[in-house]
Amino acid sequence: MTVTFLILAVITVAGTAAAMGLRNAVHCVLALTVGFAGVAAIYLQLDAQFVGLTQIMVYVGAVAILAVFAIMMTHTPLPAKPPTYSSFWLLGSVVAAAVFAVLAWAICSSAASTQGLPPEPEVSVQQIGDALMHQFVLPLEIMGLLLTAALIGAVVIAMDRREETK
Amino acid sequence: MSSLQSYLLLSALLFSIGLAGALTRRNAILVLIGIELMLNSANLNFIAFWRYGPAPAKLTGIMFAIFSISVAAAEAAVGLAIILAAYRHSKTTDLDQMNSLKG
Repeated sequence: MTVTFLILAVITVAGTAAAMGLRNAVHCVLALTVGFAGVAAIYLQLDAQFVGLTQIMVYVGAVAILAVFAIMMTHTPLPAKPPTYSSFWLLGSVVAAAVFAVLAWAICSSAASTQGLPPEPEVSVQQIGDALMHQFVLPLEIMGLLLTAALIGAVVIAMDRREETK
Repeated sequence: MSSLQSYLLLSALLFSIGLAGALTRRNAILVLIGIELMLNSANLNFIAFWRYGPAPAKLTGIMFAIFSISVAAAEAAVGLAIILAAYRHSKTTDLDQMNSLKG
């Protein structure tokens, strides 16, 4: 466990905890981008450069912007601020803490997680592209189909149909 | 504490933070973001196990993470579209007020 990992872990956890705890929804999304960028930096530290940059492009670039747009389009100026947390927030927090306790217990008692770091693998983007085009070409095509269907489906669901019926 | 263990613990912590957010927030968009965080922690596990696994040259962990990120992006787009449609229907994103199916 290195100093770099500790710093990145602290940034990531602080960003995500702020994203789930702050009151203003826009502040939550801004904190979330910090958390996503921290996860991307941890990918880079784990020698997975391609996944790290994909994480930055998809999550920091696309998902956060989508969330900001959704917050903007659903913003309702209310006279009184509604409570931030659900009515059963205590139960939810207890469940989440219990899940973390069980996971941490399983990780700490597992024999598989005590091995050392193997030598750095030589992974180039060319190798990833080769693998995507040969070994994983069928999943790649299915993923393209899924993304197209999701794109069309999102537009159809979010479309305002009141204009058509007039 | 070994290195892989610390990555797995960080991933478990991220998962729990996302789960707590998904269970306790009232804004539907932030619940969706909590689910994204949980998916992210699973990706972190894939990458950590790939890096510390016996055959990192086979790229399986990286492929899993890439496809999982794509599925998460599709899920976010469709989820936010559903939230917009629900907002147009009920004029709120407050999950405690979306209780028309309550008996």
